[in-house]
Amino acid sequence: MSSAERPPRSLREVVFVDGVRTPFGKAGPTGIYAETRADDLVVRCIRELMRRNPALPADRVDEVAIAATTQIGDQGLTIGRTAALLAGLPKSVPGFAIDRMCAGAMTAVTTTASGIAFGAYDVAIAGGVEHMGHHPMGEGVDPNPRFVSEQIVDGSALVMGSTAENLHDRFPHLTKERADAFALASQQKYAAAVAAGRIGPELVPVATRSAEHGWGLATVDEPPRPGTTLDGLATLKTPFRPHGHVTAGNAAGLNDGATGCLLAAEDVAEELGLHVGMRLVGFGFAGVEPEVMGVGPIPSTEKALARTGLTIDDIGLFELNEAFAVQVLAFLDHFGIADDDARVNPWGGAIAVGHPLASSGVRLMTQLSRQFAERPDVRYGLTAMCIGIGMGGTVIWENPNWEGAAA
Amino acid sequence: MSAVFADEVVTAAKVRYLRVPGLAGELALITLDNGHDHTRPSTFGPGGLAALDAALDEVAAHSPAPVAIAVTGKPFIFAVGADLSGVPAITSAADAREIAETGHRVFRRLKDSAIPTFAFVNGAAMGGGLELALHCHHRTIASTAVVAFPEVFLGLVPGWGGTQLLPNLIGIDAAVGVIVDNALAQNKVTPAPKAAALGIADAVFEPADFLERSLEWAAGVLSGDVAVRRPEVDRSAWDDAIARARGIVAARTRNASPGALRAVELLDLARAGDAGFTAGTAAEDDALTDLLMSDELRAGLYAFDLVNKRAKRPAGAPDKALARKVTKVGVVGAGLMASQLALLFVRRLEVPVVLTDVDQARVDKGVGYVHAELEKLAGRRRLSPDALNRLKSLVTGSLDKAAFADADLVIEAVFEELSVKQQVFAEVEAVVRPECVLATNTSALSVTEMAAQLQHPERVVGLHFFNPVAVLPLLEVVRAERTDDATLATAFAVGKALKKSCVLVADAPAFVVNRLLTRFLGEVTAAVDAGTPVAVAETALEPLGLPMTPFELLSLVGPPVALHVAERMHEAFPDRFGVGEGLRRMVELGKTSVFSEPGVIDPELAGIDSGDSPLTAEELRDRAERALAEEIGLMLADGVVQAVQDIDLAMLLGAGWPFWLGGISAYLDRAGVSEAVTGARFLPRGVASLPA
Repeated sequence: MSSAERPPRSLREVVFVDGVRTPFGKAGPTGIYAETRADDLVVRCIRELMRRNPALPADRVDEVAIAATTQIGDQGLTIGRTAALLAGLPKSVPGFAIDRMCAGAMTAVTTTASGIAFGAYDVAIAGGVEHMGHHPMGEGVDPNPRFVSEQIVDGSALVMGSTAENLHDRFPHLTKERADAFALASQQKYAAAVAAGRIGPELVPVATRSAEHGWGLATVDEPPRPGTTLDGLATLKTPFRPHGHVTAGNAAGLNDGATGCLLAAEDVAEELGLHVGMRLVGFGFAGVEPEVMGVGPIPSTEKALARTGLTIDDIGLFELNEAFAVQVLAFLDHFGIADDDARVNPWGGAIAVGHPLASSGVRLMTQLSRQFAERPDVRYGLTAMCIGIGMGGTVIWENPNWEGAAA
Repeated sequence: MSAVFADEVVTAAKVRYLRVPGLAGELALITLDNGHDHTRPSTFGPGGLAALDAALDEVAAHSPAPVAIAVTGKPFIFAVGADLSGVPAITSAADAREIAETGHRVFRRLKDSAIPTFAFVNGAAMGGGLELALHCHHRTIASTAVVAFPEVFLGLVPGWGGTQLLPNLIGIDAAVGVIVDNALAQNKVTPAPKAAALGIADAVFEPADFLERSLEWAAGVLSGDVAVRRPEVDRSAWDDAIARARGIVAARTRNASPGALRAVELLDLARAGDAGFTAGTAAEDDALTDLLMSDELRAGLYAFDLVNKRAKRPAGAPDKALARKVTKVGVVGAGLMASQLALLFVRRLEVPVVLTDVDQARVDKGVGYVHAELEKLAGRRRLSPDALNRLKSLVTGSLDKAAFADADLVIEAVFEELSVKQQVFAEVEAVVRPECVLATNTSALSVTEMAAQLQHPERVVGLHFFNPVAVLPLLEVVRAERTDDATLATAFAVGKALKKSCVLVADAPAFVVNRLLTRFLGEVTAAVDAGTPVAVAETALEPLGLPMTPFELLSLVGPPVALHVAERMHEAFPDRFGVGEGLRRMVELGKTSVFSEPGVIDPELAGIDSGDSPLTAEELRDRAERALAEEIGLMLADGVVQAVQDIDLAMLLGAGWPFWLGGISAYLDRAGVSEAVTGARFLPRGVASLPA
């Protein structure tokens, strides 16, 4: 009786419905989230997604994929499942935890989106969290000694700042001055976007516990340094190398935060009356030498473009994660894009807003979808990021508001 | 004033100024936090009130002025009211009044504030904590929170505005329910959804984002986007509701609790509405001052302390580490008591329970009873279907005591006859392991004699439960002459697992509760035999504030059981314990009550009180009180319990002696009876009474 013909397989279009994030905080004992649990940050995002999209019945969510780089403590216990339960989603909604370092949330999106396209899911929640105050980078890691004994990777590959210094070695024309200038622009673009009300609506207010001060409410990002100047940047220490290039000013900081987004099959979004923020075009992941992990987005973007039949010139908006200024510059340099191209990170980037590792991918997407809404002249946008241990990830999106070539 | 409570765990009031989306200015959020986790809830003593006062000063001085003030609690707790642990330190009426007035003055700042005030009730809000919230202009509540006014239960009144604010918010009838009815119904709490339905809170939010949603809601209220609807308070409802309150107080306290009576007066006063608030709170000050300086309240707090502390660490219990694991239980007998025990054991221990009896029909009936009770629990959703399957499968019956072979504890609940019980234990001992605990639920027989002929008498212990077994929280753990520590430790561990409060008692006739109740009832039945009218005897003891009259108690215990215990006690102590003729007649006639209908003596018992030397109510009460004092004195002299506190605890939990009177010894001390009878108080001044 199981010999019945199964229906022919057909892929479905996948759409990004909506994305939210917590305000990002500075990691450490005085940061806004010092006494707030990482899983609670995720819960806030999931609940806010459900509140903002009341047309979506909770039991229609088929998967909750949540990324975290360090999956122990308040980021452990299969956080996608536990956060779903804590958020009050029906017990019938499954979930899982996912890890691809900085591209965790991005991979949560591509993985669940693939499941939607394949027909296994109709609707999924994807996101990520990193509480770097509770889980400092490298917490509990135990690298196999073969990495060093067999020279599989250089010792510097596990120190992200060192890999950024290595990029300056490889591309000597990407100077510290260019990196600092890019960093300053990131701060300025971010400040302008906040002032214009562009950044803010996607933020989920978070009640923050402090035993010393009482409850607070996080409504704005903590990391940005609006008073940044080039002169100030020039004086910062280079902690990864004496007389080096990489500083706290031209790199993303150590941060706490969570993101979440709602993905759906386009026909299901239509059926339920869900908003369509972006349409997924394609994605690519690629590996590079771990010592220069920052170049990862170059091959991943080449791959994504090749597989989608697009060229870099088709891309009207870029949301690139700014783990390090030099790593973004390497990308732009490769594709012949100017350091200050208006298509790139128009609302600033991680150097200003912060980079809670596994959460950032969905921040890029949420921001791109909000830009799409303002820019019907743009058809395609791209989100990309470098990934520790030498990888890059790129996701290409189509703007549903695109008015056509004539516009 | 802060010197008054030297050991106060001060609840800090931490102020932060928040930017809330949608709010034009800042919101001053005050977090109440005593610096401990939720197991030590935040309370208000003088220091806590001063901290809140200072926080409100700071907010008032803040520039720019905040557009809203909100109060919330530390995780899981809003605030649970006044710091009652400091009451013993209040030694003068002036101190008491200052506490009352300070609470009013500080909380009132939230009511009178020109800036809108909000309470975000994130967790338990009891007593003064709830009063604080009621002073705020608006309230949200977390869906898992509970609120309550436990004051009347303790012999106090909600005197920091509660009696005036609540009826003018939710109506007098609902307020009577919360302040009087719930408090006198084992201190029932009101869960958040009910609290919101009553109007105590304006909005309910889930705990996952309670504070975020509350802040958003507050912004909505201030912008006008959220409308707060409050029902009009029905002023014409006052008379009926106050009459209902008086009825509840009379029925549950016999009007013997000054706190309950004062609470009703204050609720009555609240009919003046907001215009009468100042006068109403002044009346609360008076009531609090009087009650705080009353022996009754001190006794109520003593009782509260016994039940919350002493009951959890039974005096005289051996080292817990000596307890053996109980992985299977045997119950000898399958009658009603045995079946109730089987039900309790299987629910709480979740181990196999096997009932035995002499014929299959009885066994089937016993197992059937347990299964049916479990089904009822499942029907009320107190058990999941899986748990029902599990527990039903654990309860079995057998005609053969060999089923006890691998049991760790076997309890007998067979006919109250020493030789029968000895025979049962001998049969059980023949099949069980040497370390299996043998327990008896006897109410009046000697446990020592029951064990005397066994090979291992050291494993015999008394576990005296009170009827109804599922409800009454007391378990008298009886140490017989040869009971060893491991057996006793196992008995205490089992008692705790059964969620009972254990009191260690010696193997003395009828232990504690039945001995005192029998003595007491004996005085009543003797007085009736002597010609005291039943109606007089029925009401003579009201000042003791017992939950039921003597004849109601007799009906509850059952005349045959009462007669059995009375006869045993008469055998043991013939000069103090008589056996009432009227009681014998009731048993002979199979009567379960003196009355055929309320207040009407059963015609077949006519003449039961026709003796020729009747007592007045006062004489009877005096005799009964003296008898109790004498008996308690003898029990203490004989070492039946570790201390008089255990007698009080047993009477509170096993006989429903009222909290608000603080246990029997506190009452007898207060009435001067203990000194008159035994030459000394049972408790030093200051323990359950005002300090000397």
